[in-house]
Amino acid sequence: MSKHEIEVTINGRRFAGAVESRVTLSDFLRGEAGYTGVHVGCEHGVCGACTVIVNGKAVRSCLMLAVQVQGAEVTTVEGLAAPDGTLHPAQQALRDEHGLQCGFCTPGVLMTMAAMTAGEQKPDEEALLAALSGHICRCTGYQGIRRAARKLAAGEGA
Amino acid sequence: MKAAPFDYLAPGSIEEACALLAEAGGGASVLAGGQTLMPLLALRMSQPFILVDINNIAALRGVSRIAGGTRIGPATRQCDGLADAVLAEHLPVLVRALSHVGHYQTRNRGTIGGSIALGEPAAEMPATAVALGAVIEITSVRGVRRVEAADFYLGPYMTVLESDELVTGIEYPDWPPGHVILFREVAQRPGDFALVGLVGALVVEGARITRAGLAWFGMGPTPVKMRQAEAAILGQSADALDVNGLAALAIADTAPFDDHHASAEYRRTVGRRMFTRILREALGRQEAA
Ligand code: FES
Ligand code: FES
Repeated sequence: MSKHEIEVTINGRRFAGAVESRVTLSDFLRGEAGYTGVHVGCEHGVCGACTVIVNGKAVRSCLMLAVQVQGAEVTTVEGLAAPDGTLHPAQQALRDEHGLQCGFCTPGVLMTMAAMTAGEQKPDEEALLAALSGHICRCTGYQGIRRAARKLAAGEGA
Repeated sequence: MKAAPFDYLAPGSIEEACALLAEAGGGASVLAGGQTLMPLLALRMSQPFILVDINNIAALRGVSRIAGGTRIGPATRQCDGLADAVLAEHLPVLVRALSHVGHYQTRNRGTIGGSIALGEPAAEMPATAVALGAVIEITSVRGVRRVEAADFYLGPYMTVLESDELVTGIEYPDWPPGHVILFREVAQRPGDFALVGLVGALVVEGARITRAGLAWFGMGPTPVKMRQAEAAILGQSADALDVNGLAALAIADTAPFDDHHASAEYRRTVGRRMFTRILREALGRQEAA
């Protein structure tokens, strides 16, 4: 099994270290880098809980190897709120609309919402709801999450 | 679960990748987007000794126009294909099919060639390649060969690819501007593999159908080319199509199976309805199915 030196920016901070080839990005972020907001549900790409943003794109971190983020910029849920604690619009919208209960799926849901609303152009409601179909939530029945998504799409998340 | 140990190599060129695959003597897997391979590794259904990551090979990415067609680099990400202007203009049905591949999050990573090379029988990309008459370019240290998509698939996740070979391009012939596109799938949830799916293209000239490429997915161990229906539809008038007769021929080419999602009979029934409805819709005939 090979070991690899990687250097990656996580939530704006440089992180350098050696990773084993088979370590997934999700395990690396939680275990080595300490970002335990990355939740691992299924470990094989089905639930969406582990979603993070890599170079601007929302991806499932259990379906990437840590060695593949060499040189990349990664954002986890820990990187969403402003340093003064002001919530990201997606966080605020989920909170306002009761879009979470146990919170296990929430970091993943947030990263998809954050990635889709990051650009100049706000996504339309249909696209945002379709993207959220990549997340499984065992608690909420999805209606709160959908309301939050509608708010975000309408640009009233903040 | 965690993947079994393997070595990880990320070559920078096609030559290097092929040399590594040849050296590995069957012990290597190619890692493209990883959206299917990574689960197989995590479940230990696949345990290669070496992963050859092709994500650093620029020559395997991108869409280009070639004589009489469009070439897609296999490592082109599905999300990039969805946003590609050349594909939107020349291969609209492929773009339509892409929007049904996995989820937003997996399309951000998954590649068009990865889906084609893996050969999941219920996946959209293999059937689209079969329907449109694509040719798959395969490279190894032994040389380059080209295989028709319809001859590429042998069974579920089984293709003509040898262990030292790499898909290095997918070439789709041109379909003339204004051709009719057909796409429909039935799945239990968005993002799931289809229970039944149909993809294709038709050329109508002076009310007659002059060219047809039609395929099923989820209707057998491989994507299924509708050879009989394709042959029978040629020359028919688009306004007086024998839709039911064609549907029977289209179903005759399938070999669906029973699994815990649906029975073979269900798949055939849905397929027949899907075929008649989508053909009527696509050709602008409004009467009830
Ligand atoms: S843990 Fe990655 S998708 Fe479930
Ligand atoms: S809030 Fe519990 S899984 Fe979604």
